[in-house]
Amino acid sequence: MNSSYIFSLILVIILCVVAYMGGNAEGLRLVFGVMIPYLAVFLFVLGFLRKVLGWAKSPVPFSIASTCGQQKSMPWVEQNKLDNPSTTFGVIIRMFLEIVCFRSLFRNTRMRFHKSTDGVKIAYDWEIFLWAGALAFHYAFLVVLLRHLRFFFQPVPWCIQVIEFFDGFFKMEFVGEVIDIGTLQIGLPGVFVSGLILLAAVIFLCLRRLMSPKVRYISLASDYFPLFVILGIAVTGIVMRYFAKIDIVGVKAYTMGLVMFKGTLPPENVGGIFYIHLFLVCVLLACFPFSKLMHMGGIFLSPTRNMTGNTREVRHVNPWNYPVKTHTYEEYEDDYRDKMIGVGLPVDKKE
Amino acid sequence: MSDLPDADEFIKIDHSTPSTGWMDTPAKIRPGMYCYASNYRSVEALGLPNARRWNPLDDDWQIPDNWQQIFLEGLQERLDKFRSLKIFMDICVRCGACADKCHYFIGTGDPKNMPVLRAELLRSVYRNDFTTAGKIFGKLAGARPLTLEVLKEIWYYLFQCSMCRRCSVFCPYGIDTAEITLLGRELMNLLGLNIDWIATPIANCYQTGNHLGIQPHAFKDMLDFFVEDIEEITGVNCEPQYNKKGADILFLTPSGDVFADPGTYTAMGYLILFQFLKEKYGLDVTWSTYASEGGNFGFFTSHEVMKRLNAKMYAEAKRLGVKWILGGECGHMWRVIHQYMDTMNGPADFMEVPVNPVTGTVFENASSTKLVHIAEFTADLIKNNKLDLDPSRNDNLSVTFHDSCNPSRGMGMLDEPRYVIQNVCNNFYDMPPSTIRENTFCCGSGAGLNAGEDMELRMAGGLPRANAVKHVHEKHGVNMLACICAVDRAALPDLMDYWVPGVDVIGLHELVGNAIVLPGEQERTMDLRMEPLPGMEDEADE
Repeated sequence: MNSSYIFSLILVIILCVVAYMGGNAEGLRLVFGVMIPYLAVFLFVLGFLRKVLGWAKSPVPFSIASTCGQQKSMPWVEQNKLDNPSTTFGVIIRMFLEIVCFRSLFRNTRMRFHKSTDGVKIAYDWEIFLWAGALAFHYAFLVVLLRHLRFFFQPVPWCIQVIEFFDGFFKMEFVGEVIDIGTLQIGLPGVFVSGLILLAAVIFLCLRRLMSPKVRYISLASDYFPLFVILGIAVTGIVMRYFAKIDIVGVKAYTMGLVMFKGTLPPENVGGIFYIHLFLVCVLLACFPFSKLMHMGGIFLSPTRNMTGNTREVRHVNPWNYPVKTHTYEEYEDDYRDKMIGVGLPVDKKE
Repeated sequence: MSDLPDADEFIKIDHSTPSTGWMDTPAKIRPGMYCYASNYRSVEALGLPNARRWNPLDDDWQIPDNWQQIFLEGLQERLDKFRSLKIFMDICVRCGACADKCHYFIGTGDPKNMPVLRAELLRSVYRNDFTTAGKIFGKLAGARPLTLEVLKEIWYYLFQCSMCRRCSVFCPYGIDTAEITLLGRELMNLLGLNIDWIATPIANCYQTGNHLGIQPHAFKDMLDFFVEDIEEITGVNCEPQYNKKGADILFLTPSGDVFADPGTYTAMGYLILFQFLKEKYGLDVTWSTYASEGGNFGFFTSHEVMKRLNAKMYAEAKRLGVKWILGGECGHMWRVIHQYMDTMNGPADFMEVPVNPVTGTVFENASSTKLVHIAEFTADLIKNNKLDLDPSRNDNLSVTFHDSCNPSRGMGMLDEPRYVIQNVCNNFYDMPPSTIRENTFCCGSGAGLNAGEDMELRMAGGLPRANAVKHVHEKHGVNMLACICAVDRAALPDLMDYWVPGVDVIGLHELVGNAIVLPGEQERTMDLRMEPLPGMEDEADE
């Protein structure tokens, strides 16, 4: 199991090679540029729906919220409305904080044994790095994703331009080097912070998985695989933007062709790096519904987080509740009547 | 206890990971870490599958030839019935946040006690037979076939989980190992693989109404014994009512409280409280010999057995015609009451919304289930100044409070017991925040694991709790660990003796019973344990 990352690494490298060669092979541009992307999106949408509908098909028989704070009790006892909500609004806030701020992960601690002459003290220190890394990773990925929407809209919606503006904040540093010659820009393109944060966060998450003995022990090949794929996507993206400087106008024509179902091929001079980037995105999309990446959908349905904690106040109904065999009071009294009468306990039937 | 290494030796826990992957490291079932197999008579009594003699140390567990089919069909059925299970099987990302949150992992260092890996034991089988990726990629996708060795491994670790839910607090997706353990144990029960510390109590509970198999006349005898002791201590007769039709309130408590110290002193506390309220305010409470168990080891067996045992609570309330039910101090009892009971055996529309007859407080938070926790009830009485209390009687105690897992993470009752403690004794010190309230650590013996034969597991699992007690013991001189759970009262004394000698265990209502000044009582010289009250050392000797 400790070598599972090697397998994933090799697999991702093979995928890169396949994409590079495929993109450079004249006859395969249609396969890698058009057919595989459509197939990937198809698998993603279908698989995602199938999974979520599958979850939704199973009922929630019991109300099993993890109550992580003071319950609603008497009026003078202050309820923790965030961590033990008793209203739908409270649940929405709890879920919002969970999904948007990773609140539970924020609580993370690290256990340590401190040994001294007095014996052992077990300490639990606040551990913020996993939370920070995860938050950076997910938000950077989101921004990168949203930025890429510019390839699929003509004209580019204003909201995407706003994201680009803020994401490209550091563009200012390079402004002096940009010389406007007609419609052509030369010089360094603006730096998008999101891409760099994404790369750094992926590297952090990879290293954490590899370096922390416990996390490494529990990691499967299927845990490393998406990380390496995303690493590949980030690296190729950054290379294309800052170094290879591919034909953006041509790419946009191609992506708009995909949107319009015209089957436009990628520009001829786009290069193998582009195909690696595109292919890895397709692999990620296609694998998504069949992998742990479905935590994106699952978090919304997690019964320990999306239910109220006031189960004694509001009855939860189990759709498959069924009658069971019990030992009734009548049977009980029949079994012990004499003994009960003997010690003066009241009985229903005196015989 | 004799087989245990001493605490200094024990503490050298190795948290490093083995060189072989977990799928390639077979589990070895080791004495001290597992509980004895279920007695076939108990399994038979409830009509559960595959009653026979068996031993976990034997190679042959004598399970049906088609056990794989039974297990996998059972898993399919539960996936279809429980969204929780489906989601928890699918969405774990193995981030490892839960790893060092489990008391059994902290205390044993066994990586398969990391909640993530405990769940992966079952998840690997799920992937193999129920997921596309698992079917195609097998081991690379974390899948493995259900072999006998795998079954035994799952069994071994399902019974090293106390369903405390601490990991679920830290999981970014709220994955609840208690849910996985309960459903996993359901699957084990389909094959007749329960432990006796659970199987025999549930059989007893079904027949006699309580886990300990106390028959009605004996139940009364035991309480009579407490009545005598209380009369000796206070001079007041606290004789309770039994099975009384038309009483206002039915009182239910775990049978452990009538059976063994120090739970018995808690039971005496209840009797004193009820006597006080009866004298002063005419409170009409009845005990029941039929519903003589608050706890529910069915919760550690299957949803169905939980429901079968729980049913008598409402049945008895209905038969007696009470207005509402008051529940005693117990941990998992309250998870069952708070999150399962109304759904399983309700609606309780034959009762009224609970109102405290003394204060007039409406317990809106219990308006549907109609069960009020005695800590809520007593806190309300104290808040409304209805009790005559002399906290100085507990002045020889320096108290800390152990939040039981279930009232914390399956209910959220955190401040009420603290409020009561702070009003009935003068010296209270909480343990460090990462070890109390929703972060509380299990006693190490929950979910049916408080047997004698698994003492090593219990002392290991209780280490984080004990270590936090040790901290306040050394820092503030704490000598008493208060709790609101019968399993705690049974398990924590052993744990304290082992890790923190000098700290004793007490139920919340024993503290209350000591502090209450009963109408017409003699000058008390002894506490409920018949030990001298502070400043009364000389009188008590006479």
